[in-house]
Amino acid sequence: MASITDPPSESFKLSQLLSDTRYRSYTFQFIALIALIAAFAYLLSNLFQNLAAAGLDISFGFLSEPAGYDINQRLIEYTSQSTHWRAAVVGVLNTLLVAVVGCFFATIIGVLVGVLRLSNNWIVSRLMSVYVEIFRNVPVLIWILIIMAVFVSVLPQPRDFRGEDASASMFLDMFAFTGRGFYLPRPYFTAEFAAGATGWLIVLALLVGSFFGARALSKWATDTQERTGDRPTTWYLTLAIWFVPLIIAMFVMGLAWEMPELKGFNFKGGIFARNSFIALTFALAIYTAAFIAENVRAGILAVSKGQTEAAASLGLRPNRIMSLVVLPQALRVIIPPLISQYLNLTKNSSLAIAVGYMDVTGTLGGITLNQTGRAIEAVLLLMLFYLTISLTISLLMNVYNNSIKLKER
Amino acid sequence: MSDTTTSFVRTEMLPEQEPPASQSGAIKWIRDNLFSDVLNSILTLIAIYIIFQIVTGVWPWISNGVWNTSSLAECREVLDGATGGCFSVLTERWNQLLFGFKYPPEEYWRPIVAFILLFAAAAPVMFIMFLPKKLLVFTAIYPFLAFWLIWGGTILTPVFAAVGLVVGYLVYANLVRNSFAAGFFGGIAAAFVTWWISGFITAAIGPDFMALEAVPSRDMGGFMLNMILGVVCVSLSLPIGIVLALGRQSDMPLIKWICVVFIEFIRGVPLITLLFVANVVLAYFFPPGSSIDLILRVIIMITAFSSAYIAEVIRGGLAALPKGQYEAADSLGLDYPQAMRLIILPQALKISIPGIVNVAVGLFKDTTLVSVISMFDLVGMIRGPILASTEWNGVYWELWSFAVVLFFVVCYGISQYSQWLERQLATDHR
Amino acid sequence: MKKSVFIGALALAGVSGGMAAAGTLDDVKARGTLNCGVSTGLVGFAAPDANGEWQGFDVAVCRAVAAAVLGDASAVEFVPTTGKTRFTALASGEIDMLARNTTWTFSRDVDLKFEFVGVNYYDGQGFMVPAELGVSSAKDLDGATVCIQTGTTTELNLADFFRANGISYEPVPIETNAEAQPLYLEGACDVYTTDASGLAATRAAFEDPSAHVVLPEIISKEPLGPLVRHGDNEWGDIVRWTLNALITAEELGVTSDNVADKAAAADPATPEINRLLGTEGTLGEMLGLDAQWAVRALSVSGNYAEIFEDNIGESTAIGLARGLNASYTDGGLLYSPPFR
Repeated sequence: MASITDPPSESFKLSQLLSDTRYRSYTFQFIALIALIAAFAYLLSNLFQNLAAAGLDISFGFLSEPAGYDINQRLIEYTSQSTHWRAAVVGVLNTLLVAVVGCFFATIIGVLVGVLRLSNNWIVSRLMSVYVEIFRNVPVLIWILIIMAVFVSVLPQPRDFRGEDASASMFLDMFAFTGRGFYLPRPYFTAEFAAGATGWLIVLALLVGSFFGARALSKWATDTQERTGDRPTTWYLTLAIWFVPLIIAMFVMGLAWEMPELKGFNFKGGIFARNSFIALTFALAIYTAAFIAENVRAGILAVSKGQTEAAASLGLRPNRIMSLVVLPQALRVIIPPLISQYLNLTKNSSLAIAVGYMDVTGTLGGITLNQTGRAIEAVLLLMLFYLTISLTISLLMNVYNNSIKLKER
Repeated sequence: MSDTTTSFVRTEMLPEQEPPASQSGAIKWIRDNLFSDVLNSILTLIAIYIIFQIVTGVWPWISNGVWNTSSLAECREVLDGATGGCFSVLTERWNQLLFGFKYPPEEYWRPIVAFILLFAAAAPVMFIMFLPKKLLVFTAIYPFLAFWLIWGGTILTPVFAAVGLVVGYLVYANLVRNSFAAGFFGGIAAAFVTWWISGFITAAIGPDFMALEAVPSRDMGGFMLNMILGVVCVSLSLPIGIVLALGRQSDMPLIKWICVVFIEFIRGVPLITLLFVANVVLAYFFPPGSSIDLILRVIIMITAFSSAYIAEVIRGGLAALPKGQYEAADSLGLDYPQAMRLIILPQALKISIPGIVNVAVGLFKDTTLVSVISMFDLVGMIRGPILASTEWNGVYWELWSFAVVLFFVVCYGISQYSQWLERQLATDHR
Repeated sequence: MKKSVFIGALALAGVSGGMAAAGTLDDVKARGTLNCGVSTGLVGFAAPDANGEWQGFDVAVCRAVAAAVLGDASAVEFVPTTGKTRFTALASGEIDMLARNTTWTFSRDVDLKFEFVGVNYYDGQGFMVPAELGVSSAKDLDGATVCIQTGTTTELNLADFFRANGISYEPVPIETNAEAQPLYLEGACDVYTTDASGLAATRAAFEDPSAHVVLPEIISKEPLGPLVRHGDNEWGDIVRWTLNALITAEELGVTSDNVADKAAAADPATPEINRLLGTEGTLGEMLGLDAQWAVRALSVSGNYAEIFEDNIGESTAIGLARGLNASYTDGGLLYSPPFR
């Protein structure tokens, strides 16, 4: 008689929820879900109780009402009669302007400093270390405020340019560097067909054309090199492709410069870069550049010395070693942290509020919030905007990281 | 065969000759390091010029500084047109810069003592490999001591807060042998019960038992506020950051999802918007009738901010551990809390320490942002009450240099420590 | 602090369910201090002095309310607020009342749900320029760079004024008065605009006040007054009638010097003073306070005239004339409803 052992009964005991690893994770997640819902319910009930007690509600209707205030720097048309929404958009564009210009300069300064820091020139590399350490270890808000203070207190004000014995004068009669900002000559086109934005569109089209022309030329040179072994000299052709059409177009369209001129209280005409914009951009750029310099240095050091030596033993000249061997490998290390520095710069640009630059924190999160009293809505929109930017950049970075990932066998 | 051996070779060495002057000493060093080629020479000259400009610009300003006048006008009179800094703003407003303008002057010794003790409390953690572990007891006591010193009030509050934690820990330690969950929740419950009971005891003994003069949080200011925010938020965000990092690595989708959303949300927005939340929005989310003061709301938001960043650093540490460590823990039959507590976290945290220190430095710098929401930290004091006062209208350079020096000393010190630590840890791995 | 820690702990434990919101008066009494929102620093109206004590015209109103309610003029927690934070601080209950040169406007009263309890200063927006610019009228300011405090009605008035006159300007928005000062002094803006009283206070803090002139145009009505939340009328009444008591006391000649004498015994010749000082009638009880409330409020820094003269009057550095803020008996606008 073979005794058949019963298979263990599958009856489910309640204690298994905690002791059985198969179910435990569900228990925990369930508890977490309940806790999450409870926390949200608690916070929201508080919110609605408080709002009801204060007689307020949540509504985004204020966005379509006239803002009523003026913004000094506006990239799109805006008057005090425009809506709060438009004011927010003006702010967003101002944020993006600071971010783009700031990133551009931060990259240039950062790469330069990072490379110089590795230079075998003792004094230069020390100087660069000092720069990096000083700027990295002091809050960016302090830098922004210092540069703004320098701007306001050191540079001459427009009133100093006035009168017979003015204590300040314009540089080359074209540039005015004042405590309120820089006034620069503005190019414009006199020809009728190219008035306004049309002229600049034409210029843009020409540049795009030149870009493709130059690419075609370089491809032709490479083909010739592969066929014959000799690379034809093309630099003057490239220069011609870039500049000849442009110069001709400038003549045809009648390029002229509008000079800033002192009229009344301020300079008029020309391009006006406000002190708040310059101070903010410059401070963010040199602060972020200190971090970028460290990334660049780390990236270059990450390329093993064997690579350089191997390239040298192939007979490559030093600058070719840099451009063909070291940089491509270093960039793989440099670019991800570089992009996160860009992201930091963009987020730090919200400190604009400290110098009165009207970025989105200043319009939507500042004046609109003040004037309408819609704190929750305004802060929510503000966070959404920054979140969108961050997530977009992270997404791009992931795409890039995947594309440069080492293809391992 | 002759027995006289004429040697063609010298038996003794010639004395070494000095290398040519151009190949040795300072000259060689200068040639190699400063003037090795044309480009380098130009760079060197530019650098020397810049240094010269800075030194000649700054030196008279410092050496000629005035330290004991009571207003800018008076200082300018003393200087009489010569270049020189009016550092008297620092001496005159010293206490305001460090403590804000409302902390009672006769109580200044309290934050100073707390500050000095901070080093004693931090040392056992920072130099954990050199100092005996027993000193960590002081580190554990320090938060409560510092709270009592800075905020004042009866000593019973911090003591009972500590007792609650100890009771909670004892319960946890007893129950954890059966199950981690029982220990965890039991510990929390025990702590709350202790606090609840202690409320009655405090009420019975009275609020004046061993009391220092109570100072409301609103009266904190100056550099002290930066230090408080930095230290409190970093210490609070460490445990939260660990939990978030573990949550993000968890294979329970819901928990992972919650942590990811929290971390990415916080990291995606600038700190200033979070401070706006603390300032103008957060109060709506508290129960009606409760009033949580601004500094506490700010601490909540900054802690949330830094814990998200610390979580990412620790996640990096967790990811850097070889998979074998996880598998080894599993094969020993350890459950998840045990594996984490005994195997994974000690190693992961060790790798992440430099990263955590970097986050801490960044956070400390970011505490200056509270000046934007009308709190009077160091930057807020300078921008507000000092620069706007009739006496010191327009003393930018002296005040900002002071702020720069103060922050530089602290942050550079910490980052040097971090690099030293990195070297220490690096040797362990080779 | 301890209380908030416990509340925080309770909140974490999720214990506190539907805590009914008690009246502000009960909250203040239970707390023992009055939380009063003031500006971050405007000499004469609200600014900490060298010892960190808050002084000023608005501060005096807070102290009077604290004295009336709590019997202690020093039981006030002054919460500095910026243009941005003041309304949220009040709406969220962080402060019990706001006395921060806040202009009474329709939308603030109706849309933001606040209750302005009265006007303690009739003001209007003005312009200050350096004397050397030689400007004599605001209409000459075409193309000027103007420093404004953001989050105030002045920002909107300014936009309206320049639009209405068809002239252009460059606004420089600034968060606080303290930050505006150096920008204006260094010449980063040609004009500083805010309430005329604020201009006077700012100008008084300058090293050389005579180098700056306030232009004659007043471009707006700015009735400044303390405010409380909508929906708590009992508390609103207390603040309103404390302010009215200060104004009435001036009209009736009750000062900080003689208030104690007058309150000692009812004088049949002056029934309204008797009612005000609680020697006759039960006005204090009606408010939910005791009979001596107005006596305490008046003992702190006196009646409206005394507060005005001590903080911003002609004998001070700020040197404001009473003007519109004189009692109606002297041709001004201050007129308190009767205590009856």
